[in-house]
Amino acid sequence: MAVEKRVRFRSWWLPWALVAPQLVIVLVFFFWPAAQALYYSVQQQDAFGTQVVFVGLDNFRALFRDETYLASFRVTAVFSLLVAGLGLSISLLLATMADRVIKGSGLYRTLMIWPYAVAPAVAGVLWLFMFAPSIGVVSYALNAAGIPWNHLLDGTDALMLVVAAAVWKQISYNFLFFLAGLQSIPKSLIEAAAIDGAGPWRRFWTVQFPLLTPVAFFLLVINIVYAFFDTFAIIDAATGGGPGKDTAILVYKVYFDGFKAMDLGGSAAQSVVLMSIVILLTVVQFRYVEKRVNY
Amino acid sequence: MVENRPAATVLSHLTLILGVLVIAFPVYITFIASTQTAEQIVQQVPMSLLPGDNIVNSYKFALFGGVTEYGSRLQPALPMLTVSLISALVIAIGKIAISLLSAFAVVYFRFPGRTLVFWMIFITLMLPVEVRILPTYKVVSDLGLLNTYAGLTVPLIASATATFLFRQFFLTVPDELVEAARIDGAGPMRFFKDVLLPLSTTSIAALFVIQFIYGWNQYLWPLLMTTDESMYPVVMGIKRMISGGDAATEWNSVMATAMLAMIPPALVVLLMQRWFVKGLVDSEK
Amino acid sequence: MAAISLRAIQKTYGSGPKSVKVIHGVDAEITNGEFVVIVGPSGCGKSTLLRMVAGLEEITGGEIHIGGRIVNQLEPSERDIAMVFQNYALYPHMSVFDNMAYGLKIAKVPLDQIKARVDKAAKILELGALLDRRPRELSGGQRQRVAMGRAIVRQPSVFLFDEPLSNLDAKLRAQTRLEIQKLHRELGITSLFVTHDQVEAMTLAQRMLVMNAGRMEQFGTPEEVYQRPASTFVAGFIGSPPMNLLHGQADGARFTTGGQTLPLPAVAPRNGELILGLRPEHASWGADGGGTWELQVDVVETLGAERLIYCRLGETLFTVRIDGMLPPPRPGERVPLGVAAERLHWFDASTSQRIA
Repeated sequence: MAVEKRVRFRSWWLPWALVAPQLVIVLVFFFWPAAQALYYSVQQQDAFGTQVVFVGLDNFRALFRDETYLASFRVTAVFSLLVAGLGLSISLLLATMADRVIKGSGLYRTLMIWPYAVAPAVAGVLWLFMFAPSIGVVSYALNAAGIPWNHLLDGTDALMLVVAAAVWKQISYNFLFFLAGLQSIPKSLIEAAAIDGAGPWRRFWTVQFPLLTPVAFFLLVINIVYAFFDTFAIIDAATGGGPGKDTAILVYKVYFDGFKAMDLGGSAAQSVVLMSIVILLTVVQFRYVEKRVNY
Repeated sequence: MVENRPAATVLSHLTLILGVLVIAFPVYITFIASTQTAEQIVQQVPMSLLPGDNIVNSYKFALFGGVTEYGSRLQPALPMLTVSLISALVIAIGKIAISLLSAFAVVYFRFPGRTLVFWMIFITLMLPVEVRILPTYKVVSDLGLLNTYAGLTVPLIASATATFLFRQFFLTVPDELVEAARIDGAGPMRFFKDVLLPLSTTSIAALFVIQFIYGWNQYLWPLLMTTDESMYPVVMGIKRMISGGDAATEWNSVMATAMLAMIPPALVVLLMQRWFVKGLVDSEK
Repeated sequence: MAAISLRAIQKTYGSGPKSVKVIHGVDAEITNGEFVVIVGPSGCGKSTLLRMVAGLEEITGGEIHIGGRIVNQLEPSERDIAMVFQNYALYPHMSVFDNMAYGLKIAKVPLDQIKARVDKAAKILELGALLDRRPRELSGGQRQRVAMGRAIVRQPSVFLFDEPLSNLDAKLRAQTRLEIQKLHRELGITSLFVTHDQVEAMTLAQRMLVMNAGRMEQFGTPEEVYQRPASTFVAGFIGSPPMNLLHGQADGARFTTGGQTLPLPAVAPRNGELILGLRPEHASWGADGGGTWELQVDVVETLGAERLIYCRLGETLFTVRIDGMLPPPRPGERVPLGVAAERLHWFDASTSQRIA
């Protein structure tokens, strides 16, 4: 695909007029706030909230010494790995099955798509309802099977709840991409492998899976970013970050510290840390995807 | 697939059906709950898995609010649904319009600073609103846009997914079309309107679905910047309804509201499914 | 209808140390109503030249005149031209009618006139039944005709064709070639036609502009180009199978090449190192008055209506074309060939330009 176009229109003012709306919005609502986040991350409000003092990297140092912040890091890491890992494996399984059935893959696709449309906040409420210790259908079944369940008290239970909700929502997105990836593998490759004597299990691991690695990598990054950010609503709805801080992922903490605890500097510093992580992830992904596209 | 193994095909179907059931289960529960009364849900443990007969009541209260027989005051969902609908539409349409223009400029014109402009827009891809919530809140507040539709929507139009997608698409349009148009005497905007836009309908449709859902599902941002209940989108409203604790919450109304909240995006996805899937997958490339 | 004047045309891409000069100075005067074919191998600059006439490429140096006025600074739509592209360039979402009408719509031509012109073009090209269809519903040949129809309705002074037949299969190519000829006979509009195919060039051109590596090698009628090629490039490019070109030493009425000394029917134009050219179809089979050459046969190819005999001359293979009815020689045989003086072409060994 050409990166440049050979043909151009000539006008010195028109292109500026065309990009102006987006540029203005980006400048006002993106660059300006991002710059402010950077600014406030190196400032500290005094006890009365009337003055700000430049404190260099103190906020950052304080962050990384703060047990709760590090705990939040841990929670986020566990959470995103679980969400990405489970989300990818389950949807890969489903996509592989859907690719195998000649009739009906379209129907299954239609049936599996729509959790994408469910708002994370709503998903959080739904799963909360199913797992509510006293009235939830699933929690009842669990208790009946001898597995005690109370996500209001048990941090692990709470984490499992939000992981389940997050994975449930993300399955359709991953499924779509995996299915498209599988369907784009030339049938001749699979047939050649079959003639060579490889059974379906072997074929999957030696032919299909390797060819899916670009898609899988792309989805991995997307899922991790999703787990970092888009799950805020799920957590706020289902557990409110609790019990205690057991499900307070990084972005939740930013919100909490900034709006509930009113810690401007600390919250800004956290924002900056988050920004760096995302930039890193996106750059890695873009570099990798670009390389793949070029061959 | 390649070999004819009926057993394997049956297994595949079973797995898929299981998958569909698991995916559908939460929504099924929600629907069931919305058809019962709050009492039934709380007192009958576990909740029955069959539809109840309170469906009209639940939805009536959910939509229009009022004082229920338990004495609690329910916020009507209808205004919230309206807020969600308007925001989602404004975000989707606004984003598409702006991005079409920017992508057109970046691809079809050569002007000084073009690369800089492109990268500036591209960087926004990397940082979702959740990362810059505090300062963006401050900016919106300073501009006096709290509790307004403008404040709800405009900051979310800043990201570049749409611009990027359109740019990729425009690059695949054959050069000869532009040349033929030039010979025909079409200026840039004429070309844009008569040739480029009609060719972009698939991308526009796919993006509309993605952005509508993105706008409809917004939670954190409205949470921060609306304090006026009349400006709450429905996804936010639902969360607020359950803050009373398991037993105190009128689950049937909550679930009815949840069903209502799920319908418009689901409709959009289902109706535009074909374009949406194609556009989503193509946008990765 | 208009005359086209190309004066000292140059084209350079890029600037400074990274610049690439692709056209080194082309001069040509094309008369009113003439059908000129610009022909040459890939990368010779022929499309670039055409696009400069169209206004789709900037003119780095020189002037282009159309109909007496300088068009260097004019937009394509202001030059009174129409272009037919290799890939048809039809607007995919518009019907055939709308495709042809688009330019007129922009020029604010009244609707009834648009309809009249489109109908007339459709009639000439037999597109009447297809006016409501979309390009994707048409075959390659039909699409190309629509592209030509779009050009015709503009009623321009000049038609520009950019390798329009290259995307068609062989049969369609021959058919469309005839249609283009018919069109030119009927409408008589000045035309510039770019192709890399020398058969198309020879059949369509009233005059041919042969290009190589950004330079104009020869500008003349097909007859001239075939009978008196101006350089070894033109000699080898036009005519199939290509002309035999022998490097050797000339000495009076003898020419030594490939380890053999060949007698010449007339004295060479000068002595020393020269390039001798002879077309495969111009060597007579058997001794035939004038210098007789004796060459050893290497390979014989039978094509039905004709045979190609490849004879070895040192490092080179000398090709002779004979009638298919004649009995073929055996490989290894030494055969006599007759050569007539007027069939020989002489080129300078260093400049490759024609001497005689």
